[in-house]
Amino acid sequence: MATTAAHPRSGPKLIIEPRLYTPRWLSPVVSVGAIVVALILGGGVIAAVGGDPLAIYAHIARAAFGNLGVFSDTLVIATPLILVGLACSLAFRMKLWNIGAEGQFYMGALGASAVILAGWVPEGTPQPIALGIMALAGIAAGAFWGLIPGLLKAKLKVSEIISTLMMNYIAIQLVNYFVFGVWSDSGFQMSKVFPKMAWLPKLGDYAKEVPLFRGLTTHFGLVFALIAVVIVWYILYRSRWGYEIRLIGDNPRAAEYAGIDIVKNSVLVLVTSGALAGLAGMSEISGVVHRLQGAISSGYGFTGIIIAWLAKLNPIVVILVSVLFGGLILAGREIQPAGVPRLIQGIILFMLIASDVLLRYRVRIARA
Amino acid sequence: MSNVVNAVEMRGIVKRFPGVLANDQVDFDLRAGEIHALLGENGAGKSTLMSVLAGLYKPEAGTIAVRGKPAGFNSPRDAMSRGIGMIHQHFSLIPSQTVTENILLGLDEPRFFLRLPEYDKRMTEIGKRFGMAVSPTAKVWQLSVGEQQRVEILKMLYRGVEVLIMDEPTAVLAPQEIDGLFQTLRAMVADGKSIVFISHKLNEVMRVADRVSVLRQGKVTAAGIKASETSIPELASLMVGRSVIFDFEKKPQTPGEVVLSVDGISATGPKGLPALKNVSFQVRAGEIVGLAGVAGNGQSELAEVLTGLRRSTAGRVHVQGDDVTNHSPLDAIRHRVAHVPEDRTHVGSAPNLSITDNVIMKSYRKAPLANGWSLNYARARQRAEELKTAYSILAPNVDTEARLLSGGNLQRAILSRELSQEPTLLIAMQPTRGLDVGAIEGVQRLLLAQREAGAAILLSSEELEELLALSDRILVMYEGEIAGEVTDGDAEHIGLLMTGGGRASKPDAK
Ligand SMILES: Nc1ncnc2c1ncn2[C@@H]1O[C@H](COP(=O)(O)OP(=O)(O)O)[C@@H](O)[C@H]1O
Ligand SMILES: [Mg+2]
Repeated sequence: MATTAAHPRSGPKLIIEPRLYTPRWLSPVVSVGAIVVALILGGGVIAAVGGDPLAIYAHIARAAFGNLGVFSDTLVIATPLILVGLACSLAFRMKLWNIGAEGQFYMGALGASAVILAGWVPEGTPQPIALGIMALAGIAAGAFWGLIPGLLKAKLKVSEIISTLMMNYIAIQLVNYFVFGVWSDSGFQMSKVFPKMAWLPKLGDYAKEVPLFRGLTTHFGLVFALIAVVIVWYILYRSRWGYEIRLIGDNPRAAEYAGIDIVKNSVLVLVTSGALAGLAGMSEISGVVHRLQGAISSGYGFTGIIIAWLAKLNPIVVILVSVLFGGLILAGREIQPAGVPRLIQGIILFMLIASDVLLRYRVRIARA
Repeated sequence: MSNVVNAVEMRGIVKRFPGVLANDQVDFDLRAGEIHALLGENGAGKSTLMSVLAGLYKPEAGTIAVRGKPAGFNSPRDAMSRGIGMIHQHFSLIPSQTVTENILLGLDEPRFFLRLPEYDKRMTEIGKRFGMAVSPTAKVWQLSVGEQQRVEILKMLYRGVEVLIMDEPTAVLAPQEIDGLFQTLRAMVADGKSIVFISHKLNEVMRVADRVSVLRQGKVTAAGIKASETSIPELASLMVGRSVIFDFEKKPQTPGEVVLSVDGISATGPKGLPALKNVSFQVRAGEIVGLAGVAGNGQSELAEVLTGLRRSTAGRVHVQGDDVTNHSPLDAIRHRVAHVPEDRTHVGSAPNLSITDNVIMKSYRKAPLANGWSLNYARARQRAEELKTAYSILAPNVDTEARLLSGGNLQRAILSRELSQEPTLLIAMQPTRGLDVGAIEGVQRLLLAQREAGAAILLSSEELEELLALSDRILVMYEGEIAGEVTDGDAEHIGLLMTGGGRASKPDAK
């Protein structure tokens, strides 16, 4: 039974109460506020261990966004993050917990590599055709990796949380099998380098025409990612299917009452989510790595979960968050001590999650 | 009535909740030996005010005096020690324990040896004194809701209650049980106890109360007026702040062809127990068939079977001649079966989606809203605007999330969605439950308009008055069966059927 705690008779009191109404502007303001607070806290930690927070922040900013070259590198990392962030956003919208983007990413990479390495796309095929086939193969392989947990859920009511998680390990080992065995390049744990037709063009390739692009690494995968953003946005907010996804996500019983097939939609959404993560794998393998090897992802699939949450499952915001994370990851590779950007990443995450309370509750100080 | 000192005096009570001023400077007096009705629409602050008196909430301002002495309660236990006890809308009994065990729970006596039989006897005695038959050794789960309520009352009496507050006690009762409750309440006041009877039902208040206080939006609009000196219309306007018309003209109308035909339907309920047993009836175009019954006698399951949300285990359902037995909810929608579900927030709406998203739930598949794969949102918003105006849904705009709507407005939104598809069959489950007087009137008018438009309507309601006013004939459900059909509006007979009696006169099932 709900009893109120004894009231203090006097003195100011902190009152936390649920919000009945959340103004539109509040969410971005709170998010930016949370990032600022995180930077201040992170600065405190850096100062405590004897560092100079301002200098380090300036260094991080320079390492990630300081000039065209590094910003281009940031975008390279942001590209797969956008795609897996979308994959997770779409599934999470329906409250389907796809935590298998990592495995779907690996499968996408495997599928895209397979069409090249198995020789199905012969050398000398025009580049657009080769790349198109690779993209389709990556999408199909990722989608297949989403289909299995989808069917398991539909037919046997297996929780997708468990199945998608387990399928990550299978995918990673499957890729290892191919790089250690089938396609191993003279005993190394990697395949031979793809022929040029299988490389996604990057800005640097056009340095002759546009001198400014010299050495820039941003590749065509970013265009895939941006197109995917538009498609996912359209699905969610302008299509019948997206309406069904949002309705199921908010209230499955109401969706059932509205005549919506929840089982069918779970399968479709997992497949689509897998397809997006698979495309991320293709884009990475064809735009950056140019060969199949183990450890291609450095946890992109898991970072995608965080990105989806931070973006509040909004496809457009996914771009911003991915670029921010891309920058932090890049700076983490270049900065000493390497732990600092990760530390900041962690604190930002923590603050953003904690700040959610402010969106749902109102805090005020009252005098009793 | 000879007492000069009031049993309870509340002065200037202020109680806030986030965003609401639930009680705004409320004064309330309770005399010894009276039944005092506290009347008000939903959300008027009745439960809050009495929870303050019962020690559940601390008010932000105001004082309470009990028999002339100031009192400040920190807990319900505190309040009980001064003789004040409250029975809430939701009971707090432990199903697996016996009646006596439930009553003794939390008391200091008996300490170690329970000596239950001895206490059983005392419970029976108290029950007898106040006209309540309860078997003290029965387990609570075996009892009907009405019997459980008696256990709650016994619990209070055993703890020496002098002021008993009952929060909407009749909401869960059948008519005969309501009579029994009122007798008990009268026996209690004859014994010198005082009672606060919270309700939003005017006729009950007129029947049982000595005096009436009315709350509207947290403020007192009538303080302790004598029931004998007021009238239902006057109380209604005090409640809603305007006059309310109670009579509708229900036009005489000859029902058309059979729209819904149910033959021998059986189904199991959520716990796997039989919920419907061999139910058969028909509903014709242009008639309202009322479905009476105490909650939980199969009405919900019947509605679910008819709308494709629950599978039947036997029998057949035809809508407009098509066999739709165990078809999908989508198929029901395609047959233009509209459904106003009992549970508005968990079934009838998506709380975090906008009004627009909520009102297109049944129509988003078809043109003009759908255009192949895509959904024309401009059209959808326009549709929502139209419905918002036509059904007077009060909200800032059509992007407002459904969870922010008040009960009445949410219900209007749901009705707007269901009725705007021009249903051939309308299954309306408790469409006015929990709404205030003004809103109820609006909903009832909408139902009658559908009847005139030629829809077949199955209306389930816990308000017998409402069923009698709207229905062309009434089916009574009891324990998953149609216990009988009443065509002459004989309330007595309906009440009897609702409690499992009078089945000898069961007419032939159609
Ligand atoms: N525990 C609570 N938390 C927040 N708001 C509440 C709470 N209890 C009641 N309210 C709000 O206070 C107002 C009065 O509610 P209540 O006293 O339950 O009305 P009534 O019993 O007359 O229907 C309503 O607007 C209701 O939403
Ligand atoms: Mg109440």
